[in-house]
Amino acid sequence: MEITAIYYLVPALVMFCCGVYGFITRKNMIAMLISLELMLNAVDINFVVFNRFLYPEQMEGMFFTLFAIAIAAAETALAIAIIINIFRAAKNIDVRSLNEMKF
Amino acid sequence: MESVGSIILYFIVALAMIVFSVMAVTTRKILRAATYLLFTLFAAAVVYFMLDYEFLGAVQIAVYAGGIVVLFVFAILLTSKPGDNTERLTSKSRVLGAIAAIAAFLVCGYALAARCINFVQKPAMDTPTMDQVGSTLMGTAHGQYLLPFEAVSVLLLACIIGGVVVARKR
Amino acid sequence: MDITLPLLILAIPLAMFLILGLFGMKMSHKLAGVLGCLGMGTVLVLSYYTAFTYFFSGAPEFINAANERLQYLVFDQTWLQFTDKLVIKLGFLLDPISAMMLVVITTISFMVHLYSMGYMRDHHGVYEHGFQRFYAFLSLFSFSMLGLVVAPNIFQMYIFWELVGASSYLLIGFYYTKASAVSASKKAFIVTRFADLGFLIGILVLSFYTGTFNFTELTSIPVEGMADVFQVNEGTAETVRSIFQNSAAPTFMGASVLTWALVLIFMGGMGKSAMMPLHIWLPDAMEGPTPVSALIHAATMVVAGVYLVARLFPLYLMEESALVIITVVGAITAFYAAMVACTQIDIKRVLAFSTISQIAFMMVSLGVARPEIHEGLGYMASMFHLFTHAMFKALLFLGAGALIHAIGSNDYTEMHGLRKYMPITHWTFLIGCLAIAGIIPFSGFFSKDEILSACAGYDWVAYLWMSLVAGMTAFYMFRLYFLIFWWKEHKVKEGHHAPHDQPWVMSLPLIILAAISCVAGFIPFGKLVSWNGISYDFMAHFDWSVAGVSLTIAVLGIALAWKMYCKENSLPQKFKNAVPALWDWCFHRFYWDELYMFITHRIIFGCICRPLAWFDRNIIDGTMDSFATVTNKASEAIKPLQSGQIQMYVWYYLVGALALGVITVLCLI
Repeated sequence: MEITAIYYLVPALVMFCCGVYGFITRKNMIAMLISLELMLNAVDINFVVFNRFLYPEQMEGMFFTLFAIAIAAAETALAIAIIINIFRAAKNIDVRSLNEMKF
Repeated sequence: MESVGSIILYFIVALAMIVFSVMAVTTRKILRAATYLLFTLFAAAVVYFMLDYEFLGAVQIAVYAGGIVVLFVFAILLTSKPGDNTERLTSKSRVLGAIAAIAAFLVCGYALAARCINFVQKPAMDTPTMDQVGSTLMGTAHGQYLLPFEAVSVLLLACIIGGVVVARKR
Repeated sequence: MDITLPLLILAIPLAMFLILGLFGMKMSHKLAGVLGCLGMGTVLVLSYYTAFTYFFSGAPEFINAANERLQYLVFDQTWLQFTDKLVIKLGFLLDPISAMMLVVITTISFMVHLYSMGYMRDHHGVYEHGFQRFYAFLSLFSFSMLGLVVAPNIFQMYIFWELVGASSYLLIGFYYTKASAVSASKKAFIVTRFADLGFLIGILVLSFYTGTFNFTELTSIPVEGMADVFQVNEGTAETVRSIFQNSAAPTFMGASVLTWALVLIFMGGMGKSAMMPLHIWLPDAMEGPTPVSALIHAATMVVAGVYLVARLFPLYLMEESALVIITVVGAITAFYAAMVACTQIDIKRVLAFSTISQIAFMMVSLGVARPEIHEGLGYMASMFHLFTHAMFKALLFLGAGALIHAIGSNDYTEMHGLRKYMPITHWTFLIGCLAIAGIIPFSGFFSKDEILSACAGYDWVAYLWMSLVAGMTAFYMFRLYFLIFWWKEHKVKEGHHAPHDQPWVMSLPLIILAAISCVAGFIPFGKLVSWNGISYDFMAHFDWSVAGVSLTIAVLGIALAWKMYCKENSLPQKFKNAVPALWDWCFHRFYWDELYMFITHRIIFGCICRPLAWFDRNIIDGTMDSFATVTNKASEAIKPLQSGQIQMYVWYYLVGALALGVITVLCLI
């Protein structure tokens, strides 16, 4: 049996769809952030897989993933700082109750 | 033709990835969700190893699993009591979410099935050495990444300052 | 000639304007006034020096061997260069009329500066509000007027022409808290602006075909062997005429392009010099302080129109029709203004209409001037009358100012019998009246007589007409004089002290101007000013039959005024009752203002502006408003989409992204 690209892409796609589902249904902001990380990881896997299967002599996909990881780390840190700040102000982190700034 | 070991490994990893990501978004205990995320990230790291990107796998484990998940855990412990369940989802929102996820799966899956089914054999590739990775990251020539590297370093600095400013007690 | 002095003549008033305008409020009133007087005094000395050098030094650049006066371009600096031909220059042209105008402007301006030190304060010596501003504006006006008269090209003249208009506007509206002063200043500005539109078009037409703005090219030719020296020459007129005949032969509405250009330029002069039908602003301009009326609306700015025609006289000379238009307009205006002046009761109004009438005299004189009639006597007479009129009319206005200052009203019905109380004012005013009436040996006699001689040489109708107006002038001036100083004993009002003569700063200008009015007639003006620079003795054209007739008419006018107004009697009332309609029309200035109001309000505002305003408000604004309304409604309608629920946004995004994905997939596969 040959493990072709599609074998890696389908689990990644499932992971992505789980992220979508979580992001839409979850009310807890940290849980939403976790779903976001799932989606991001699925995309990372896609980059790496395409890099490996189509252009093995280059390293663009790999480096893109590398930078994506760094940026994801930064983003998570900031998001968590904001969440903690919101928690301090609103005493909960339910995303439904945070709509004061709409218009 | 792959070795049997690698096929078995593949199935384990694929299964883990699917199962843990589903569980990460469905469990009602938030700390458990973070743990399932950690397992999913490990599975992704294993995928990187299987595709011969060892450095990337190491980074995935170190930064994601080691850094980000720990950050999540801290945040969860700061914002909720251990053992808290998130409230039960209404069936309506669950159905809506499922519809969205399945629609995304169908659209993307159709595209994958139509276009990517043909990428067959994994071509041979030398595992990138640390030497290669380092010089690519630090070089200024075509296909080298000094500028993004510096930009990311500035971004991280900004993120540290921003995180401190946003989260500090007033 | 050194360019420093001419430059200083222009620079000092400008500097004074800037200093007094910017820092005046920081100074004491007295310092500001003294500074203004000192500045103007310096300019006076410099201008006298320049004019005397020009007239009497006999230097070769000023007068040639054949005793012909030349034009000397002291400096001519390029200011804006648009193309090779379209160049705007700023310069200083010295020729007989500009030298004479330098003397007139600086003399009157200095007198007014001095006089205002006394006039612009009340009986307790408290200075009026805005005293420094007043001096700043006076300096601005002096600067603009000097720049106007020395302009060597018509565009510089236009620039300074507008500047005098602006400073006149500022000074008429000096008492800007008074509604009538504000509307008078606006009226003056709008009417003269309307006239300047014609002026500008005329300039553009003229310079478009001739390719130059310079007077030195339009009316004179360079003198060989000397730089910057020009001689007025009829040949240039022929050149200009041939240019127009070759390139602008087609006529427009029955008149040639050149005629149109000249008439349009004259229209600017009509506006500034208050010729009919653009005269309506000048009587209202008397709302300004009286020294301003003396300076701007009697002596200097209002003669700018005359000066303009005189400046372009060689061009006008080749278009007979333009000169005829000038003559007719002037003659009608002179008669009309004299009629109105006979009935007015506000002394400044009387003087204003008398000014209009006298300026019309100058216009007529230019209009009838021909080289073949008494060697172009009309031109010289016009300039001579400009000179003498500036002096005696400024004298009369300053005297009127003294009266107003003493009585506190413009209305002579409150004055009567002042001769004992204010002897200096009385005597100087009498001299002014005698001068304007044309009694020998006062200056007005000579200049007016020259004008009448020129008219007599041109056409006997013009001569009779102008003689009649001269008689009316004598009548209305002495009517004013008798009503102010005689008529009946003055009644000092309860609680007021008796009127008395004014401080020396106000008396001195009166005395000086009166002295000038006594002797100015003996200036051999023909030796100094003539249309082509050739000096001649105007006494050679002095005709005792003309002089005798004008003298007789003047004496008759005075006698009639004496009969009617010397002692309180019922004759004026009877006369008024005899011809009520005529009196009414004269008193209401022949309803010109009402006519203008009718045309502007009823016809222009009512029939044109109101529909336009309706169109603007309903169609144009309505279209724009409907855009705004639709946008507003639409945003209100879609506002709820912005729910603040981030998961709703994710939904929208996801649906959009999936739709795009489906489309892409369908297209690609």
